[in-house]
Amino acid sequence: MNTSIKEAAEDRWFNVLNYTVLTLFFLIVLYPLVYIVSASFSSTNAVVSGRVWLWPVEPGLKGYAAVFEYKAIWTGFGNSLFYTVAGTLLNVVLTIIAAYPLSRRDFIGRQWIMFVFVFTIMFSGGIIPNYLLVKSLGLLDTRWALILPSALSVFNVIITRTYFQTNIPQEMLEAAQVDGCSDWKFLCKIVLPLSGPIVAVLMLFYAVGHWNSYFNALLYLKDRSLYPLQLVLRSILIQNQIDPSMVTSEEDLVARQGLADLLKYSLIVVATAPMLVIYPFVQKHFVKGVMIGSIKG
Amino acid sequence: MESVSAEAKPAEQGIAMHRKRSVKLLRDMAKVWQLYVLMALPFAYIIIFKYVPMYGAQIAFKNFVATKGIWGSSWVGFSHFTRFFHSYEFWNIMSNTITLSFYQLVAGFPFPILLALSLNYVMHDRFKKLVQMVTYAPHFISVVVMVGIIYQVLDPRIGILNVVMGWFGVQPVDWLGKAEYFKSIYVWSGVWQNVGFSCIIYLAALAGIDPALHEAAVVDGATKVKRMWHIDLPGILPIAIILLILDVGRMLEIGFEKAFLMQNPLNLRTSEIVDTYVYKVGLASAAVNFSYSSAIGLFKNAINLVLLLVVNRFAKKMGQSSLW
Repeated sequence: MNTSIKEAAEDRWFNVLNYTVLTLFFLIVLYPLVYIVSASFSSTNAVVSGRVWLWPVEPGLKGYAAVFEYKAIWTGFGNSLFYTVAGTLLNVVLTIIAAYPLSRRDFIGRQWIMFVFVFTIMFSGGIIPNYLLVKSLGLLDTRWALILPSALSVFNVIITRTYFQTNIPQEMLEAAQVDGCSDWKFLCKIVLPLSGPIVAVLMLFYAVGHWNSYFNALLYLKDRSLYPLQLVLRSILIQNQIDPSMVTSEEDLVARQGLADLLKYSLIVVATAPMLVIYPFVQKHFVKGVMIGSIKG
Repeated sequence: MESVSAEAKPAEQGIAMHRKRSVKLLRDMAKVWQLYVLMALPFAYIIIFKYVPMYGAQIAFKNFVATKGIWGSSWVGFSHFTRFFHSYEFWNIMSNTITLSFYQLVAGFPFPILLALSLNYVMHDRFKKLVQMVTYAPHFISVVVMVGIIYQVLDPRIGILNVVMGWFGVQPVDWLGKAEYFKSIYVWSGVWQNVGFSCIIYLAALAGIDPALHEAAVVDGATKVKRMWHIDLPGILPIAIILLILDVGRMLEIGFEKAFLMQNPLNLRTSEIVDTYVYKVGLASAAVNFSYSSAIGLFKNAINLVLLLVVNRFAKKMGQSSLW
């Protein structure tokens, strides 16, 4: 888009307009984030009286101290970490062992199996039959309920299959077969080492999905000690159920209410922090992921 | 003798060839037996967790009694469906679901395109990277936190929106308590969260446009506005239309999670959609009704399937091979 030809006057106006539009987008997306972070570092008093609008007012860490003392949040944090790590591991393994055979032309019956997979994207039994299944398998109120029912995403199988088809040359397979390499060995020794990008994309998609989801937990878990972070967040941020004894020893009702308000801002920051910490490192991967996903197999 | 063998020959040959072919098929399958072993586990998952619930969906046509099980309960035909169609909530729920997704479709469509076109003409790489980084980020915020942010920002007592309105002497408004604002809050917070991420695909389409087109246009003296209008926009139009069609196919799938969290008794008139209703009737009410709830869910899924098939045919006609 860079040209050595001198820009026309019209183009200069275009540039001004263009940068204005972009700056507007930028500020509109950024402002609520800045506001939340600033409020989380302000004092109770400043938050309650609405004096925070851009930078922290009377900066302090009282909100964070309250979050750190709130036990349920840390139980949830630990649970979510477990569901995310265990769930993602299972997801990635299952996705690869499903996608690899489907990518092979000599895998007889692959069209038929593909149809069996893809049909589940278009049609599903519904919430209640799923619930009845989980119940009859005896998974209700166990950690398995958050891992097994979401063990595989067909959409990810499709993008992984496409990746294998376009990135593993047929000649390589033939050469390996001539040398007497078995299919398992080929998958482990040749395909996997070539699949770094797709595995990174899968891990990212699955991990974000596990960390952010609350629906399955809402359906299948009653036991609070198994709650993932998102359900704890729901009760605090949305249902406003804050156990005052967990937050503060203050007797004053107004001070308690103020601290509860402040706690919410800090909690939003803490709950999003893990995502934001890994975000810069994975940004280039998810751009790639969207690209792979947009290529049809 | 000769005539007999001449008659028998073709038939024998046919059988032999048939046998040969099936033997070859089996041999080919045996050759890749390890692939079938790999497939076993994922296939079992799909059957158990996807197809067994489809089988279970038959309770929509039965009066499900837990002690009798899915198979043992008695058939009642379409009575749960007709009950839903005749219930006083039916039209309200359907119109909420459709208007909400239609609103979302229309409002969410132009902004990612505008952002992508704009980003495409930025000469300063660092500014471009910064805008991308910030606008992509909200996509990774969870629904619960997103709705939490909405609650904080719109809070009638301490929310920043009401504080700013207060500076101009406007009385605070309980935004989430008013049914008429629910859809706008739902849709525009969604646009805020996803505008950056949705623009990635358009940026890729723009990067795929042949630079020779731009060079030729520059030589002919075309301004940037003209290039944007005559080169960039036609360049991303096909993908935009495909995405739009796809969204139409997912019309009823606006999702339980966000609407459920944003619901309260005050805005229920506009915030009750099919999915939240299914959950309430089936699992969250005092008198749970599995069959009635499944019937509503099945009704929605059936419409969904039809929509998707129609949409896929449409996409095929548009020159795309298929959506899957």
